[in-house]
Amino acid sequence: MVPLSYYLVLSGILFACGVTGFLIKRNIITIFMSIELMLNGVNLSFVAFAAHWQNLAGQVFVFFVMVVAAAEAAVGLAIIIAVYRTRETLNVDQVNLLKL
Amino acid sequence: MLNIHLILFLAFGAIAVAGAVNLLVQRHPINSALSLIAVMAALAGEYLLLGAEFVAAVQVIVYAGAIMVLFVFVIMLLNAGVEEQTSGSRVAFIFGIPGMLLGSLLVAWVVLRHSGTEAVWPGALPGAPKTIGPLLFHEFLLPFEVTSILILIAIMGAVVLASKPTTPGGGPRQKVQD
Amino acid sequence: MTETLNLWLIPVLPLAGAAINGFLGKKSSRTAVSTIALFFSGAAFIWALTVAWRLSSVTLPHQEFFLNNEHLAHWIRSGSFSADFAFYLDQISLVMLLVVTGVGFLIHIYSVGYMWDDPGYYRFFSYLNLFMFFMLTLVLANNYLLMFIGWEGVGLASYLLIGFWFTKDSAASAGKKAFIVNRVGDFGFLIGLFLIIVNFHSLDFTKVFAQVQPLGSEVTGAGLLTAIGILLMVGACGKSAQIPLYVWLPDAMEGPTPVSALIHAATMVTAGVYMVARSHVIFERAPTALTVVAIIGTITALFAATIGITQTDIKKVLAYSTVSQLGYMFMACGVGAFSAGIFHLMTHAFFKGLLFLAAGSVIHAVGGEQDMRKMGGLRSYIPWTALTMGIATLAIAGIPPFAGFWSKDVILWRAYQSSWIYWLIGLITAFITSFYMFRLLFMTFAGEYRGAQVDSHGRMHSAHGHDGHGHGEPHESPAVMIVPLLVLAFLSLVGGLVAIGGRFEHFLMPVFGTATEATSEAASHATELLLMGLSVVVALSGAVVAWILYVSKPELPAKISASLGSFYDVVLNKYYVDELYAKLFVKPLVDGSTTILWQGVDRKVIDDTVNNAADGARHVSDEVRHMQSGNLRSYAGWIAAGAAVVIAYMIWLGVGR
Repeated sequence: MVPLSYYLVLSGILFACGVTGFLIKRNIITIFMSIELMLNGVNLSFVAFAAHWQNLAGQVFVFFVMVVAAAEAAVGLAIIIAVYRTRETLNVDQVNLLKL
Repeated sequence: MLNIHLILFLAFGAIAVAGAVNLLVQRHPINSALSLIAVMAALAGEYLLLGAEFVAAVQVIVYAGAIMVLFVFVIMLLNAGVEEQTSGSRVAFIFGIPGMLLGSLLVAWVVLRHSGTEAVWPGALPGAPKTIGPLLFHEFLLPFEVTSILILIAIMGAVVLASKPTTPGGGPRQKVQD
Repeated sequence: MTETLNLWLIPVLPLAGAAINGFLGKKSSRTAVSTIALFFSGAAFIWALTVAWRLSSVTLPHQEFFLNNEHLAHWIRSGSFSADFAFYLDQISLVMLLVVTGVGFLIHIYSVGYMWDDPGYYRFFSYLNLFMFFMLTLVLANNYLLMFIGWEGVGLASYLLIGFWFTKDSAASAGKKAFIVNRVGDFGFLIGLFLIIVNFHSLDFTKVFAQVQPLGSEVTGAGLLTAIGILLMVGACGKSAQIPLYVWLPDAMEGPTPVSALIHAATMVTAGVYMVARSHVIFERAPTALTVVAIIGTITALFAATIGITQTDIKKVLAYSTVSQLGYMFMACGVGAFSAGIFHLMTHAFFKGLLFLAAGSVIHAVGGEQDMRKMGGLRSYIPWTALTMGIATLAIAGIPPFAGFWSKDVILWRAYQSSWIYWLIGLITAFITSFYMFRLLFMTFAGEYRGAQVDSHGRMHSAHGHDGHGHGEPHESPAVMIVPLLVLAFLSLVGGLVAIGGRFEHFLMPVFGTATEATSEAASHATELLLMGLSVVVALSGAVVAWILYVSKPELPAKISASLGSFYDVVLNKYYVDELYAKLFVKPLVDGSTTILWQGVDRKVIDDTVNNAADGARHVSDEVRHMQSGNLRSYAGWIAAGAAVVIAYMIWLGVGR
């Protein structure tokens, strides 16, 4: 019997790793993957709560999250390709024209 | 108290955490992608422990099998190499990482201290497609249809954004002379 | 119930004239401007005559509301205090009314000729009509507050008219000086009004005086009525140019001569006397205040007269003469002879107005020159002016049967009854007055012409705006200027005859009551005749001395002044009062304003606050703008930090429960 809190702690660790990766990585694609990691952590939390409260809506919601993550990944990678075409770099620090 | 469920949970959890940390540590994006696949597999196992069979299957098929494959394709398409060590943002280092660490530590501490020992039985909740299906197509029909449109738009957007420019030097995209 | 006299018309008509000329005059022809001005001021005069004519149909004192409508006239209703736009007619206000409108109208006519060549023609008449409006409001007001409005308004008109040629520095400064010195007096006036409000809960004449009437006389001299009286006198000192606030009147001669005639001789400066006479109920119960009034008046009369001896500018002599004569009026009020004061006010309006107008005619004749040393022998060039000025000089010197004799004599007689010191100083002043007035007359009209033949245009323009006229010899003024002179000369001749048999005092008795008529018995009648004869002798001797010094032996004055040495210099420089004030008051104020208020408060506090606020905003935004670096990772960092804060807060909320 695994207490609910263990699942939540694991979810939190995954989420924290995702944020950290998002902050310290320089490659755009890696940053994107960190975002996916964050989403996964949140999914775990959803499913854990669904089991805790005996409500299947949590699992349905996870389904939707995955769908949206797929869409987002597709579009995001397309943008990365477009940016790479113009800037010839995948370093996020060099995509900085949007500044004052 | 030690039982098989706890052991399995810890095992899968360890794999997931290791994969996540490895994603951070690796410098080549392809290594990071492969560790992410490992994380997703471990999470699929976790879902099974929680009785969410359908979700676990979708996780493996969609997330690990489609999205991550897409990531790997793009990495190989763009020939992403080892990333350079350019200096990033001070803010991210000073505020972001410590902030997040602090936040997550705080959450963990609170959760562990203040939640009870209610356990989650594996399989306590039937997560088979047989039970998910009616829910998906009755109560959550509208979100279901909307997300399908969303995917459609995403497909179109991805195709438009990633296509090569039709006229050299002109078209929807222009090379930015910097 | 008496019928209405429509008193409101009298002030409002000149106001209409001022408005029409002020707004439309710039584009109108001079004929149109003068027609409007003369029409409205003339209409006011005619209406005042009508009021006098219908005097028997109303019971005096008579009060009316503006537009005869009580509700329209409502002005202030604040708790128990109320003040209205209402008018009050009794004998003294009738006298003042006729003097102001009559002399005012004559001066308007004169100004048509005098100011004809001035580019600011329409402005002049607009201001002049405006002055009439305020003066008439002052005279007709039924409460102190409306009177104060007129008081301030005439001060404003005076400022505008003194500084009429505002491009001239000295004129602009003189206007400022007049207004500011008046303000000092008004401060005292206002505090007096506040005391009245607090103690009598009203400013209406009838209500206040009804409450003051039953009070006894304050013999200790330290009571409320004394305070009110002295404060009101401070206001009168400012407006009527008494010591110590007289310094603006000589400088006010920078204005055009009709202005000097109307405002600074006949009407505005007499507002103080009118106010004191109006408040006689208060003063009679405050002997100390009355004494203060008398002393100030007497000393001012002597003081100004001594300065008048030495002045060489024809208008300055007349200015100091005005101050001196006003001192006589205050002396009269101070010994309780209020009706005598008003009588002298009336005759003074005639002969002093005439003197100023004639002086204007002289200045016009010699092309702008105002220094008497450069005049002389003008008798043959400008005979009419010489004649009228001669009549006026006889009047002011107090030689019978001219008007000034009667009024001045009553004052001296009442002063003698109060204290022989007042009488003696008054007599000496009469001698000096006669002396300097005849000095003026002889220096201007007798002997040989000492002036320049060709008049200088530049000088003319700045002196009295008179351009492109006859050159070479002094010439007589046009008829439009001579006729008012003749009218005023006639009034100076016969104006005093109303006092014979005490008819004037009798006329004013309902106002001042029998308390002022403290005449003694037949034995004093002989004394009165004796004193009358003495004052005539004194006046004549003054004339004789002036004749000797300025006609038969013109080298004597220089020798006398040389022998007097430094004392003469002091008097010549007006006892250095202006310099004293400058050192005592003006310089510290200006320095204080510059260092403390301007550089300290205005620059450092106010400006710096605003500037520093702006600078601060700029610095802060300078720092904050670094947030928008275009660097994705720093954005991510901020998001993460913010999310952490929110999570922590929510945990804190949840944990607290």
